[in-house]
Amino acid sequence: MRDKVLIANGQGFWGDSILGPIRLVREGPLDYLALDYLAEVTMSIMQKLKSRNPAMGYATDFVAMLDRILPEVADKGIKIIANAGGVNPHGCLEAVLELARKKGVKGLKVGIIEGDDILDRLPELIESGEEMRNLDDGRPLSDIDPERISSANVYIGAPAVAECLAQGADIVIGGRITDPALVAGPLMHEFGWGEDQFDQLAAATVAGHIVECGAQCTGGNFTAWRDVDDYVRIGYPVIEAHKDGTFFVTKHDGTGGLIDRRTVVHQLLYEMGDPERYLGPDCTAQFTSAQIEEVGENRVQVSGVKGTAPTDTFKVSISYHDGYKASGQLTVSGPDALAKAKLCADIVWGRLELDGCTFEEHQKCVEFVGAGVCHEGISETENPSEIVLRIGVKDADKKKVNRFGMEIVPLVTSGPPGVTGFAGGRPKATDIISYWPALIDKRKVETSVRVETV
Amino acid sequence: MAKIKLADIAQARSGDKGDGSNVGIFAHNQADYEFLKEVLTPERVKQHFAKICKGDVVRYEAPNLLALNFILHDSLGGGGSESLKTDAQGKTHGLALLEMEVERA
Repeated sequence: MRDKVLIANGQGFWGDSILGPIRLVREGPLDYLALDYLAEVTMSIMQKLKSRNPAMGYATDFVAMLDRILPEVADKGIKIIANAGGVNPHGCLEAVLELARKKGVKGLKVGIIEGDDILDRLPELIESGEEMRNLDDGRPLSDIDPERISSANVYIGAPAVAECLAQGADIVIGGRITDPALVAGPLMHEFGWGEDQFDQLAAATVAGHIVECGAQCTGGNFTAWRDVDDYVRIGYPVIEAHKDGTFFVTKHDGTGGLIDRRTVVHQLLYEMGDPERYLGPDCTAQFTSAQIEEVGENRVQVSGVKGTAPTDTFKVSISYHDGYKASGQLTVSGPDALAKAKLCADIVWGRLELDGCTFEEHQKCVEFVGAGVCHEGISETENPSEIVLRIGVKDADKKKVNRFGMEIVPLVTSGPPGVTGFAGGRPKATDIISYWPALIDKRKVETSVRVETV
Repeated sequence: MAKIKLADIAQARSGDKGDGSNVGIFAHNQADYEFLKEVLTPERVKQHFAKICKGDVVRYEAPNLLALNFILHDSLGGGGSESLKTDAQGKTHGLALLEMEVERA
């Protein structure tokens, strides 16, 4: 058994830089590489891709990245844990096996975790008494027309990952594995932690949370950004974990970026709810118990984390079709950029009304980018030299949304002077996919693992 | 009494939490943390974000991090893919809180 384990996170979301994982494999020692490809609405995008092509529905970026580094990963014995499987872990498995054969990587073991995707089981689950009420507003899932539901996935935890590794997998592909479980799973496996070692599981959950957004704990999105050297070659985080649950947040020597108490605390606070009770499938972690200490250059120790038993429910992430939206933009130069941009917006609404097309206030959005949009009411400016007018609508009626899109470009010739920057054609109606978080009885969900050898 | 910006004594990060955002703000020493706790009531934060946050503000404390965490309910124009706003995920709300000006003895 190793006395310490090195786990990196090389991907914070689907769309993060391909350089993260490639450089982690090449620029320093590593035992495990964790890769997080999923966000709340990613599953529904993947479900749509799968409905067009049954072989799709997983993070193709993952396979493109492996295409560049798989032989090196295999030579160095680095194991990979990724939730790249999306709504089609089997399809992802097939693509990785094919790639390994093409690259001549023999003996590679690739495992998948299935059972998180409950879309087809929803009628049966509702029938059995699972109401899956929306955690935000309390409505039961039966309020939504089943035809509109596009994905439903249970957040699964570390034991399934550990089981897949115990069966010998070099690469573990899952669907909706929680972000922290990508780190906690390997640690359970390596240190032989039981499912009731809540302090250790909570520590691993905190570690997983710190690294789950990649470079967001190594100087990315950091308030004191001027203190960060070399954003170009920013190092992705590496956790050095120990059996008692103590761990160190580090990065490879010679990489850019910064790790100190401040960068780590930034990420601990990211997407935080109640820091006393961070709910996960494996434990309830107390973020308030973590002791954070700078112990060296780019090296922060986290210790003392406490945890308690998890709840008897899993979180479910459900997405459903919820109407249409469109948004377009124009650039308005000065003089009087803001006044002219406001007039432009009024002209759009006025002309649509002339044609019998109206939207309610909450269905419209007008922003004057450059005058204080992000910090509305906090730091605004009265007389910017130019403005980007962003104007958008949402509605259940696709025709109305498309009608709106036709009234933006005419402003170039039929509005105030100095209107330009219209590119990309008329904005077209796109689907709104809304998110429905809910809970489900743990006993109703079974995960399974399978490992195949190249 | 001198006027300071919270950015002078604290740092922050924010992100989305359903149709609301979370804003975590932390100090660099105990005295500044005590000051943050005193001045940053949920009411004061709600007032600061009056044009952005349409719902309640809830505050949590994490003394080990010298941090406060605020949930700004209904502050993303629907959130997720439903929102038409530029900052549909509240990524900039942390810096917006640091813009707050306060009196300090």
